[in-house]
Formats: sequence, structure tokens, C-alpha cells
Amino acid sequence: MRFISVIAIKEIRTYFASPMAYVVSAAFLAITGFFFVASVSDAFAEASIRGYLAGAIFFMIFMSPALTMRLLAEEQKLGTLELLLTSPLREFEIVFGKFIAAFVTTFVMIVLSLYFVIVLFVYGDPDIGPLLSGLLGLSLYAAATLAVGLFASSLSSNQIVGLVVGSGILTALTIIDFVSERLTGVVSEVLDAFQLGASFSVFDLDSFGVAEGGHFADFARGIISLTDIAYYSSITAVFLLLTVLVLEARRWR
Amino acid sequence: MIKIEHMSKSYGPYPAVIDISFEVLKGEIVGFLGPNGAGKTTTMRVVTGFTPPTHGDVTVGGYDVVSHSLDVRRHIGYLPESVPLYLDMTVTDYLTYMGEIRGMNKSWVKERLPKVIEMVRLGEYRNTLVGRLSKGYRQRTGIAQAILHEPDVLVMDEPTIGIDPIQVVETRELISNLGEEHTMLLSSHILPEVSAICKRVLVINDGRIVADDKPDDLSEKLQHAERIEISVRGAESPAFINAMRDISDVVDARSDQRASIVQRAEREDFSPFIVDARPNVQAAEQIAKTIIENGWGLTNLTPLPMTLEEIFLELTTEENLGE
Repeated sequence: MRFISVIAIKEIRTYFASPMAYVVSAAFLAITGFFFVASVSDAFAEASIRGYLAGAIFFMIFMSPALTMRLLAEEQKLGTLELLLTSPLREFEIVFGKFIAAFVTTFVMIVLSLYFVIVLFVYGDPDIGPLLSGLLGLSLYAAATLAVGLFASSLSSNQIVGLVVGSGILTALTIIDFVSERLTGVVSEVLDAFQLGASFSVFDLDSFGVAEGGHFADFARGIISLTDIAYYSSITAVFLLLTVLVLEARRWR
Repeated sequence: MIKIEHMSKSYGPYPAVIDISFEVLKGEIVGFLGPNGAGKTTTMRVVTGFTPPTHGDVTVGGYDVVSHSLDVRRHIGYLPESVPLYLDMTVTDYLTYMGEIRGMNKSWVKERLPKVIEMVRLGEYRNTLVGRLSKGYRQRTGIAQAILHEPDVLVMDEPTIGIDPIQVVETRELISNLGEEHTMLLSSHILPEVSAICKRVLVINDGRIVADDKPDDLSEKLQHAERIEISVRGAESPAFINAMRDISDVVDARSDQRASIVQRAEREDFSPFIVDARPNVQAAEQIAKTIIENGWGLTNLTPLPMTLEEIFLELTTEENLGE
């Protein structure tokens, strides 16, 4: 546990010592801000963070891999992975430490964006249930996308490869309903079950980019479903495990 | 401290190290000498637990590098050839982090760090970003991270590669001093370095160990060719060389290229030659006899001590010479 926190603290410091965290936070706040404003500006609009959530989960498809792309690719490029792997550390400690750092950084951004909620309370009377479930869902969603991004970062020493592969996997999981819609039977159902939650129809004023059949829809509505929690937790666990395996395989090559 | 028994390592179908065995005792400084691609780095990566051997057993401090990798890594300080550093951290932050992931607690780091920084003379740069340091100072930072946690065994891969000559001298001094308290395995492809620092040299070529000795004894023992400097009067080069090569104990003969053109022109009739012969008494005798029989005037016959550099070349380019 001590090693995990040593690595996590180092990575968090690196995030905030470089422009990365600030640039990404600014972009995150700007984009989610647009969605939030659009969703509450209509006449008789509902006082909810639905628009904000939709913008956030859509942007995270690209933001999470961008945040994590450096974490393991750079270690390989600088050769410092050799130092990490010859230190008395286990692979999972390296992976967890880095994952936690990325998650904490993302969580800071989410916390910063909570002024939207304050705005809602000042000018409206929002339902507290969907607010809390939405933020819980967003955190789980962030964890899953960061795990995918970290896995992509482990694959090569090139950060851009990490970004493209990470966003690619997340995009594929996002547009999976585009395929499943055109199929029938078990295959269609199985594919549907993997729908990440965002939708590329982000400018549709009704859905604001939360996929109707996806795992995020219930969170946005105020429903906490065990299936959705299990889905995001599984994606997180599976991709962190894959990352550990990639590092271990590197040792055995 | 380090024990390697019949270790082989292949990358896919490519063998990097083939069936090597050696032991480094506690307190020994062993130099690992070989040309690029000989298997030095691979061997060090196996010893440090970075990569497992394909065959054979490797133990460090009694711990197997495969089954007790963590224990091995706790006892090792390692400086890889590329000197990996986080460029966006200060020297102090970097070293603190490296100490902590090596299992040091905060108070130990706090106590030990100033000593190490002093030892590698990084004092004035302790708060400089690693990315702003020159190559030589980065090397010192790399050495500092390797010794920070007071490891029993130090493994350094080409610690003086790519730094300027003045810093090379300083770095060598530093390493020599470290050798007084550590068991050390150090690789290099520069011979004077190894003979200056190490008490024992392992020469590796094409994945095999071809020599294992003290630097001083190495030249003596491995003289399969004793080098003799000869000057004769009145001998035509080709005729002399052929006559020499006909002697059974002579390995090779050639004109002495070390003599300058001026020297050779001035003393036209004194031709300097170098003859490599097997190290036995008869060789010199035979050579002298042949020269006299041919009616040449023998003016000089001096056995030359071989430098480690020549032995190294001899050892590692043997096949090419034979062709």
C-alpha cells in the first residue's frame, strides 16, 4: 500500500507541476459548461445537471486517454520503467498508483465543475437524487475510461499511440449500439450490454448525448442500478488487470 | 554475492547470452568487458531481476532472481546504461522518490540523502530540474539513485558512456571509492577504465565469457601470442616475414607500423618488425637463429608486454584474424 501511495503522490505532483492538468481542466470546464448552459437555457428547462453529465461523459472519451497517455508510455520512453521494475515493487502497485493519480486528478476537475450545481440551487430547485446518482455515475464512468486509457498507455513508448488506442477503444464501446441496432437476437443484446453510455448524438437537444440504452442513462435519471455499477467496475478491473499483464509480459520477453 | 550458473538468455530465436557461469564474491569489484552487443546489458538485466534467464540459475545474495525476485531487487542498486531519469523533477525530488520506491522510509531518506548528494558532488544542483543538468551531472544523479538505499550489490551498466573526459575521470574516481564498500558488477567497453577500477575482469564476446582474470594477470596468462619487437639490417620485408612465418612457434609477423616514416627512411637498412609468437623459450631462440642463418644483422629483439586493449582485441576478434 505504501508503494501505491508513493507512486500516486508522485504522479499527482507531476500532473499539477506540468500544464497538462490545467489545460485539460480548462477544456473540461469549458466543454461541460457549454452543455450545461445549453441544457438549462431553454424556456421551462429542467433544473438538472443532465446536460453537464452528457458533455462530461462525451468529452471523457478523449480526455481520459489524454490524461493517462503519459503515465506508462513515458516510463518506457525514458527507460525509467527499467528502474521501476528493478525496484522492489510489484506490477500492480505501479499500475494502481498511476491509476489512482489519474483518478484523483479527474476527480478534482469534477469537483471544480460543481459550481454548476451551485448555480442550479441559486436559480432553481433541482432534484437532489439525480444530482447525486449522476455524480456517482460520472465517477465510475471516469474510472472505467481512465483504466482503458492506462492500458493503452502501457502498450508502447509512444504517447500518441496511447491516446489513439485509448480513444479508439472508448469510441468503439460508445458507438457499439450503431452496430447492435442493425442486428437481432443474442448478438445484438450482448453488444448492447457493452454500450459505454455516451452517444455521438451530443447535439440532440433531447438526449444531450446520453445513450438511451447505455449504462449511463439510469445514473442521469436518478436511478442507481447494480448492473451499471457492475459494468463500470468490471471495465475498470479488467483493463487494470490487462495493464498489469502487459507490464509482466514485458518482463518475460 | 552474485552467482550465475549455466545461464542462457534468448530473445525469441536470438541468443544474447549462451551458457555463462561466474561468481562475484562479497566486496569484489568485477569489470564486465566486451564489445557492443556482446551480452553485457542482458546479463545485468538478468542479475537485477528485470528480465528472467531462459536457462540456468542466477542468485543474488542467496536469493533466486526468478522465484525471489523482490528479495533480489531489495538488495540491488542498478544504473542502467541509458541513465533513466524523470526530467521534470528536481534532483532532490527524484532521489527522494527513487529512495521511497526502493523501500526506504521518509526519515531514512532524509538522513541519507545529504550524504549521497555530497558523495556524488551534486550539492549545488540539488534543486535543479534533472532535465537541465549536463550529461555528467545526470550520470551522477543516476549513480546517486543506485547507491541511495545502501544496497549490498551495485550493478552499473556503462557508467561513463557519453560524458566528457574530465567528468569521466571524476566518475571513475567516484566509482572506485564506492567499490570500497560495495560488491560491484560494472560493464564497459573501454579497457583502461576496467583495469583502473576493477580487481577482476570478465571478458564477454558473442554471449560467451572468454576470459576471467585480474587485469594484470590477464595479459600474462592470455598471451597465446608473445609480442616481440625485432629490428634487422639488410632484410627485405616479404622475405623476412615469410621466413618468420615458417618458424613453428611464430603466429604472425609484420612490419612495425608504429615506427614513423621518418625513422624508417633514416635507417633504411634497419627494418623494424613485430612478431607474435607462442610464449615459450624456444620461440625467441628460433627467431634469432633464423635471422642469423639468413645473413641478416639482428640489432634488436625485445619482448613487449601486451596491453589489455590488445588482449581484448585479440580475444574478441579472434575469429576474424583466423580467416
